[in-house]
Amino acid sequence: MSAGTASRGRGRAVLGLVGRRLALAVPVFGLVSVGVFALGAISPFDPVYQYYGSRIFTADEADVARVRAELGLDDGLLAQFGRWAGGLLSGDLGTSRSLRQPVAQVLAERLPWTLLLVCAGLAVAVLLALVFGVWAAWRQGGWLDRVVTAVGHGLEGVPPFVLALGAIAVFALGLRWLPVAGLTDAGAAASPGQVARHLVLPALVLGVSQSPWLVLHVRQSLLTALAEDHVTGARARGLAEHVVVLRHALPTALLPFVTVLGARVPELVTGAVLVEEVFSWPGVAAAVVRAALAVDFPLLAALTLLATAAVLLGSLLADVATALLDPRVATDG
Amino acid sequence: MRQRPVPLPAVLLLAASVAAGCTTPTTPTADGGPAGTSITIGDGSEPDTLNPLLGFGEDGVSKLYDGLVEHNADRSLRPALASGLPTATPDGRSWTVGLRTGVKFSDGTDFDAQDVVATYRALRDPAYASSLTSDYAMISDVVALDANTVRFDLSHPYAPFPHKLVLGIVPSEKLAQPGPLEANPLNTEPVGTGPYRLAEWRRGERLVLEANPDYFGGAPAVTKVTVVFATDDNTRAQRMSGGEFDATVLPPTLAATFADTDDVTVITHHSADYRTIALPTHHPVTGDAAVRLALNHAVNRQGMIDAYLGGKGVPAYTPIPPVLPEFVEPAATFSYDREQAERILDQAGWVKGADGVRARDGVPARFTLMYAAGDAVRKDLATAFASDARAVGIEVSLEGLGWEAIDPRLGQDAVVLAGGRPFDPDLTAYPLLHSSYAANGYNNPGSYANPEVDAALDAGRHTTDPGQRAVAYKQFQRAYTADPGMVFLAFLDHTYVLRDRWQGYQEVVDPHTHGLTWGPWWNLPSWTPIS
Repeated sequence: MSAGTASRGRGRAVLGLVGRRLALAVPVFGLVSVGVFALGAISPFDPVYQYYGSRIFTADEADVARVRAELGLDDGLLAQFGRWAGGLLSGDLGTSRSLRQPVAQVLAERLPWTLLLVCAGLAVAVLLALVFGVWAAWRQGGWLDRVVTAVGHGLEGVPPFVLALGAIAVFALGLRWLPVAGLTDAGAAASPGQVARHLVLPALVLGVSQSPWLVLHVRQSLLTALAEDHVTGARARGLAEHVVVLRHALPTALLPFVTVLGARVPELVTGAVLVEEVFSWPGVAAAVVRAALAVDFPLLAALTLLATAAVLLGSLLADVATALLDPRVATDG
Repeated sequence: MRQRPVPLPAVLLLAASVAAGCTTPTTPTADGGPAGTSITIGDGSEPDTLNPLLGFGEDGVSKLYDGLVEHNADRSLRPALASGLPTATPDGRSWTVGLRTGVKFSDGTDFDAQDVVATYRALRDPAYASSLTSDYAMISDVVALDANTVRFDLSHPYAPFPHKLVLGIVPSEKLAQPGPLEANPLNTEPVGTGPYRLAEWRRGERLVLEANPDYFGGAPAVTKVTVVFATDDNTRAQRMSGGEFDATVLPPTLAATFADTDDVTVITHHSADYRTIALPTHHPVTGDAAVRLALNHAVNRQGMIDAYLGGKGVPAYTPIPPVLPEFVEPAATFSYDREQAERILDQAGWVKGADGVRARDGVPARFTLMYAAGDAVRKDLATAFASDARAVGIEVSLEGLGWEAIDPRLGQDAVVLAGGRPFDPDLTAYPLLHSSYAANGYNNPGSYANPEVDAALDAGRHTTDPGQRAVAYKQFQRAYTADPGMVFLAFLDHTYVLRDRWQGYQEVVDPHTHGLTWGPWWNLPSWTPIS
C-alpha cells in the first residue's frame, strides 16, 4: 500500500470519527437537558420569587397566582419542557428570568469575556506545563524537579476558589499590584489596557489551577521519551543536549499531551465558574450560579448545553489531532 | 539549517517580564473626576431590573425615570412629569393630573398622556405579569382626557393615592406588545425622562449613569454616576477607605470607623424600616391575645438596638414610625416590664412548670420563630427575642431558613418580617394588619383580625382630610396596642459614608428599600461639586 492511499484512508477514518461523535452528541444533549430540567423541577426554589424579588412581600396572593399562570409556571413538566425544546429547535433560546433578558442576548454579552478568560488561562497552563515539565524532566532529580513535582502534587488538591482568594489576598490586597475584581476599575471604560490589567490575576489563577496535571504529565512523558531508542541514538551521535531534548524527545512526548489537554476541558469549565464568581468576571460561567439559585431553567439549560458542547468538542479535537499526528492511533468505531 | 533553540531560562525570564509589565503598581483614586463632576457609589445590592413595572424605583427617585410627582425632603409631594399636584373629586375616587409639556424620553420620543395611560394600564393588565399589580389594586381605570391630562378612577376612596404616582413613566411604544415583562427590553435598556441615562450596566459588577443634558429640571452638575456592586460590608468599607468609592452604605458599626476620617462624613438616616415578629393567631400559643401582649412587654427593644444595631434605631411598637409625627399616638407604646408580662401570663392561666416553661391545659408555651437565614440583623433580633421570651416562661425555638421554606409555613409559625414606607401610614399598616389581607401572601401573615383596627384603618384610607386622618391613625394605634397582633421591635436607621466633595445633600427619611434610589444620593441631580 502506497503512502498516498494510506493518508487518504486516514483522512476518511478521521471524518468517520467526527461524524460518529456528532451523531452521538445529539442524544447526549437531549439527556443533559432532560436532566437539568428534572433537577430544576425537584428543586425547592420557586421561580416566581426570582421574578418578584422583594415585591413578593407586598404582593397579593391572587396576583402572584395570575403571574405564575402568565409565565407558564403552573403548566405540567412535559409542557414546560416541550415549550423550551420547541423554541430551541426554532432557534429561540427563551428568556432568562434571573437576568430578565433573552438568553441569546446573555450569551452574546457574556460569552466573549469567558472565551477571553479561558483562552488566557489555557495559554498560561500550557506555557507553565511546557516550561516546568521540560525543565523538570531534563534535570530529573534536581532541586527544580523536586520542587515542581511537590508543588504540582500539592496544587492538585487545592480548589481554584481557594487559589483565587489566596491570590487576591497576596497580589491585590497585600502587594496592591493588581485589582481585586471586576473587568475594569470602578469608573473606567472597558479599554484594552484596563481589561488586560484585570485579566492578569483571574487568568493566572485559572491557568495555575489547571497546570499541575499538565506539568506532571509533560514531565512524565518526556522522561519516557528520553529513555526511547531514537533518543539514545541521538545522544550516541553526540548531538547537543538541548537538541536531543527539544528536537528528539519532546515531539514524541507532546502527542499524549494533546489528549490530556482535551480531557481537561471539563475541569477548565468548572474552574472558570469558580474563578469568574470570585473575581466578578462578567462571563457566562458566573451566570451559572445565579441561574441555578433562581431555577432559571432557560439560562441554566443553555449554559449546561454550552458546557457539554465544550467538553465534547475538546475531546473530539484532541482525538482528531492525535489521529492526524500519530498514524499508529486507531480511530474509534 | 538548524536554528538555535532559545534557552529555557530565557523563556522564563521573558514570561516573568511580561507578567511584570502587566503588574505596574497603581494607587487607586476616587473617581471624583475633574472638579467632582463624577461620583462612584458602592452599593450592597444590585437591582434585578431597571424596569419600573417590575418594581425599579417603586418609591420614586429612580434617577432614570420620573413619576408624575416626586417627594421633597419633608415627605411632601411636588409635581415632576405632572404640571401640578393631582386633584381629587370630593368622593376621593377620581384623581385628575395635568401633564408637563415638551418633555422627551431618552430615545427622543415625546412624553404625553398616552405614556401615562400605557404605564398604569400595563400595571393592571395580567398579560404583562407586572410584579407591582397588587400595589396599584385601587386603580380601576386610567384615561387620557386630552394629550396633557389624565384621570385615574379608583375602585374605592384612597387618600394616599398621590404617593403612588411616584412610579416612573415608561414610553407607550415599549408596552405595545402585551406579554410577560420578563423579556421586555426596558429591563436592561431603560428609556426614561429622568435626570440620568444608562450608559452601561455590567451585571454583577457596576452600573454607569450619565447626565441627561435635556432634563426638564436642568442637567445635573454631577454628570457621571458609577454604582459598583459589592455585597460584602467589609469589602465596601475597605474600598471606601482605599479611595475607590466616594460614598457607600455600611452597617452602623463599620460606618462609625469613618468618624475620624477627615474628608468623609458619616450620615445617619431615620427610616420607616421596621423589624417585627409576626405571630400566627391560629396557633395554640400565639393565638392567645394575652401571650401576644405579654411578649410585647417582655422584649427589651432599646437593649436590642444598643446591642445589635449599634444604637442606630428607634423602638417600634406599631407600624407607624416616629418619622410620621403628625400620625403618632404617644400613648401607643409597651413598657419593658417583665413583671407585668408575667402577671398577664399568670392571669391568663399560663402556669410556670418545673423547667421554667409555662403551660395551660397541658399546652406548653412553645412556638417556632423563623427568620431569613443569611440576614444577620434578623438573626440577632430573633435570638434576642427568644431570650427575652424565655425569661418570662415562653420557649421560642429558632429556625433560620430560606424563603422557599418559610413560605409554606407562614400562618403556622412566627416569622421575622421587615418593610415600611415613610410617606403615609396607610402604605404599611393597612396590608400588614387589616383583616381583609389575612393570610394573603406575606401581608398580614398571622391573620390578625380586630374590628376596631379595621375600622380605623378604613377611616384613614377613605378620608382625605388631614386632621381626620390623624385622628383615625391615632385611634388605630390605641386599638392595636390594646390587642397587639405582632411584636414590632425597631425602626432601623440606615448609615452611610460620603466624601465631602459635593454640596446639595439633604437629610431624608428612607423607606425599607434603599440602594441606588434612596439614601444620601436621593437628590443627586441637584448636587454640585465643591470647587
